Amino acid sequence: MTVRPRAQHLGMVGCRVCGLVVSAPLQSDQRSFCPRCRSELQPRFAGGSARAWAFWLAALIFYVPANLLPVMDIRVLGGAEHAATILGGVVDLWRDGSYGVALVVFVASVLIPTVKYLALAFLLLTVRHANGWARRARARLYRWLEAVGYWSMLDVVVVGLLVSLVQFQALGEIQPRAGILFFGMSVVLTMLATQSFDARLIWDGEGDDTV
Amino acid sequence: MRTHPSLIVCPHCDAVYRRPALAAGQVARCGECDAVLHRAARLDMNGWTALTVAAAILFVLANAFPVISVGMQPFRNDATLWQATASLVHGAWAPLALPGVAVAIVAPSVQIALLGWVLLFAWHGRRAPGFRLAMKALDWLRPWSMLDVALLGVAVAAIKLAGMAEVAIGPGLWAMAALIGVTAVTAKGDPRWLWEATE
Repeated sequence: MTVRPRAQHLGMVGCRVCGLVVSAPLQSDQRSFCPRCRSELQPRFAGGSARAWAFWLAALIFYVPANLLPVMDIRVLGGAEHAATILGGVVDLWRDGSYGVALVVFVASVLIPTVKYLALAFLLLTVRHANGWARRARARLYRWLEAVGYWSMLDVVVVGLLVSLVQFQALGEIQPRAGILFFGMSVVLTMLATQSFDARLIWDGEGDDTV
Repeated sequence: MRTHPSLIVCPHCDAVYRRPALAAGQVARCGECDAVLHRAARLDMNGWTALTVAAAILFVLANAFPVISVGMQPFRNDATLWQATASLVHGAWAPLALPGVAVAIVAPSVQIALLGWVLLFAWHGRRAPGFRLAMKALDWLRPWSMLDVALLGVAVAAIKLAGMAEVAIGPGLWAMAALIGVTAVTAKGDPRWLWEATE
């Protein structure tokens, strides 16, 4: 089985920003820049996966208060004051009979973040410790993470909208609570973690395991 | 440093290919990892310019007309895209408004403006002042522009409120939906061809 040449083996780099292919010196202590767009050329991201791990951990830490603390406080005339958490919001929708919307919010706010933490950890661990298998599937998993991750911002937008719209003093008011801030930060941090993962690492050492 | 304009490197797996000659709308995929290598623009410069102008107009409309309106007798709250996301900016909860404003207002509007600026000069085969910076900014902004998420957010908020208040959809929402359709091509599309078009 022949292995397709990788840019790194040929002493080349594809610029991440403008796509230009450049022959660049490979000394790791020397920084080189794209002659066309002046972005830094990185055959592999500097520092390996350290940045991705750092963002991943920070996101996970923020994710705890994001789920434990209420994200908003709903007060409507004739109803009791009601503090809603992320998961509580899904339950409320379900109880109101809006099953479809409950499902959408559940997927965006609970399922995607959870799967994302696990999948990213899985990718980070396998490129380091067990890189020789299912490269194509793992590459696809990473592209999927990149594509769906930002839908988790849904709840941040919803709470922002509800708070802006329901300001009727005595009749009804929705107030934001700290949970949504943690939730938003955790989503942003997971997006940064995903961006900091170098998908090219999945394909490294390919020649070694096929011979 | 030698450059290789006839080559293309897969951004996801580093495999090297000869740049394929594609017809408009065709997509080249990496044979190794199946990622999109190169997407031949379906549109020419005319098309990109037309869509960018359309996006600018729709963005103004979404901010001029209410996207959603909520009523509790005798009060009624009409909110444009801007009001719906930014009304918190003045209160104690201002930090909470920032992400919403960033992803639904700042990122899309900056994208439209930068693309317009770059295209204006590309028409004459020239690189706009600040071309390099503008192209980097467009690349950097792409993942943070979330009008589609915002639109779904409006829908979810409307359904959540339906039980406790009168909710109506405003014309701004249609402008927003159209804007998402248009920016699916411009903002999410790959403007890298502009590097070659202005060389």
